[in-house]
Amino acid sequence: MGMTMTQKILAAHAGLCRVVPGQLINARLDIVLGNDITTPVAINEFNKAGFTKVFDKEKIAIVLDHFVPNKDIKAAEQSKQCREFACSYDISHFYDVGKMGIEHALLPEQGVVCAGDCIIGADSHTCTYGALGAFSTGVGSTDMAAAMVTGTAWFKVPAAIRFNLTGSLRPNCSGKDVILTIIGKIGVDGALYKSMEFTGEGVRSLSMDDRLCICNMAIEAGAKNGIFPVDDCTIAYMKGRTERTPAVYAADEDAEYEQTIDINLSEIVPTVSCPHLPENTKCADALSHIKIDQVVIGSCTNGRMEDMETAYRILKGKRVKEGVRCIIIPATMEIMRECTERGYVTAFIDAGAVVSTPTCGPCLGGYMGILAAGERCIATTNRNFVGRMGHVDSEVYLAGPATAAASALAGYITSYKEE
Amino acid sequence: MNTKGKAFKYPDNVDTDVIIPARYLNTSNAAELSLHCMEDIDSDFVKNVQPGDVMVAGWNFGCGSSREHAPLVIKTCGTGCVIAKSFARIFYRNAINIGLPILECPEAADEISAQDEISVDFNTGEIYNITTGKKYFAQPFPSFIQSIIQKGGLLASLKDGGAL
Repeated sequence: MGMTMTQKILAAHAGLCRVVPGQLINARLDIVLGNDITTPVAINEFNKAGFTKVFDKEKIAIVLDHFVPNKDIKAAEQSKQCREFACSYDISHFYDVGKMGIEHALLPEQGVVCAGDCIIGADSHTCTYGALGAFSTGVGSTDMAAAMVTGTAWFKVPAAIRFNLTGSLRPNCSGKDVILTIIGKIGVDGALYKSMEFTGEGVRSLSMDDRLCICNMAIEAGAKNGIFPVDDCTIAYMKGRTERTPAVYAADEDAEYEQTIDINLSEIVPTVSCPHLPENTKCADALSHIKIDQVVIGSCTNGRMEDMETAYRILKGKRVKEGVRCIIIPATMEIMRECTERGYVTAFIDAGAVVSTPTCGPCLGGYMGILAAGERCIATTNRNFVGRMGHVDSEVYLAGPATAAASALAGYITSYKEE
Repeated sequence: MNTKGKAFKYPDNVDTDVIIPARYLNTSNAAELSLHCMEDIDSDFVKNVQPGDVMVAGWNFGCGSSREHAPLVIKTCGTGCVIAKSFARIFYRNAINIGLPILECPEAADEISAQDEISVDFNTGEIYNITTGKKYFAQPFPSFIQSIIQKGGLLASLKDGGAL
């Protein structure tokens, strides 16, 4: 029996010819990541254990993105702790205010992560980099602390679910509608401990931003990782971003999958996840009775350039509905700069939206758009748990950028309809 | 290793945002964070929990964010262990790494009621419901993971030259 793409990457990083699901392995890591919330806990553990060396300063990434520019004094102390650690150990990929971005948009953009890598990050959405054909998964701070010293981590080799993609997306549908549809189908623990491997002729119709968005939310189905094959789109994306040579792995033809689920991209419709779980999906147009107070377009899921292009196409020359607060957050400084140069920022402001510098901010209820009791937000973020964006009695509806922007104009949830 | 205390009962898909809301994550101080444990779904938990008490929950406990603050606040509150039908994978890893005992046992998770008196033996995986007199056995951990737990967590195990 052959191996899945994930199993092949893990085998190679464990120095083994072959691995099987359930096997415990110790794998070599190419990148170890943390952010301004999880890194302080890792630093505390690192110091408590008496470590004084990191395994490779070139292979550690620390990104200040959740609460920066710092929202309060305590957040500032946490950033300071990360900054001092990065300085003491001369960490190469340290991203502070001015060059930071939301980690999972930033690392692919800056070429820090690469096809064939084995990556862990102390952030659950680390699974995003599977879009580049890497094995990448979220862990906690203690794993990060250990990995910064050893350059390795233990894994249980995952079984896999294959998603066989066919067709191509309709206009105004994006990767977000695909992943929300899949989570609606399999549930928030539908892929628990497993890989979600996306294959099929439909893959080539998906842009890199779509793939990053799809892999980003693999964790919302409980998966260990999501992964796409490496194709011309991947190679073109990495070109000029990374100096490293990508390693291309492909699943064996006789790889074993626990299940194969067929997804016809042509049948995907604008989809929304209703409170309080990402699996509570409905067709956007079935929710026009839901009035909204706030719209957030951004996050590690949908703050990339294509998301900004979609928001611009829908909002330019229009006005956000009176009484609705529309917050747009480009995910990295490079995207922010591009939005500025292309005139998007002006168009967003003219439409009545606000534009923030990159931050995770409201997605996790940090700051920059917290909801009061009874308020509703449609957001391009990834979680709609109780209290996720503010008060426990507030509600978050998850959607793609087209639906979020169209809803900002309407004042209620709606898909975007071309005029 | 064992624990004994009363049960606090929770549903399926308890996420780490309700275990410890992100609005408090501007500190990594466990004692300070633990004052808000479970606040968004059980505002009385911190007031009522006693050392050794047991959390009992449904499927996919600890889903969502990778924040290690979640198992840390549960442990810091004095909770002796968490019994669930299943755990989300990052929470599972974090709990082992920081030394919060967790047990997967769907039958016990179904049948134990809130306030039942429970004792748990981590060496054998035996869960005893003192109130009803019923015994259950949880899935034992693989030996690799048992060795991390016995050595007091991942970093202690690493220093010991053991599991890694």
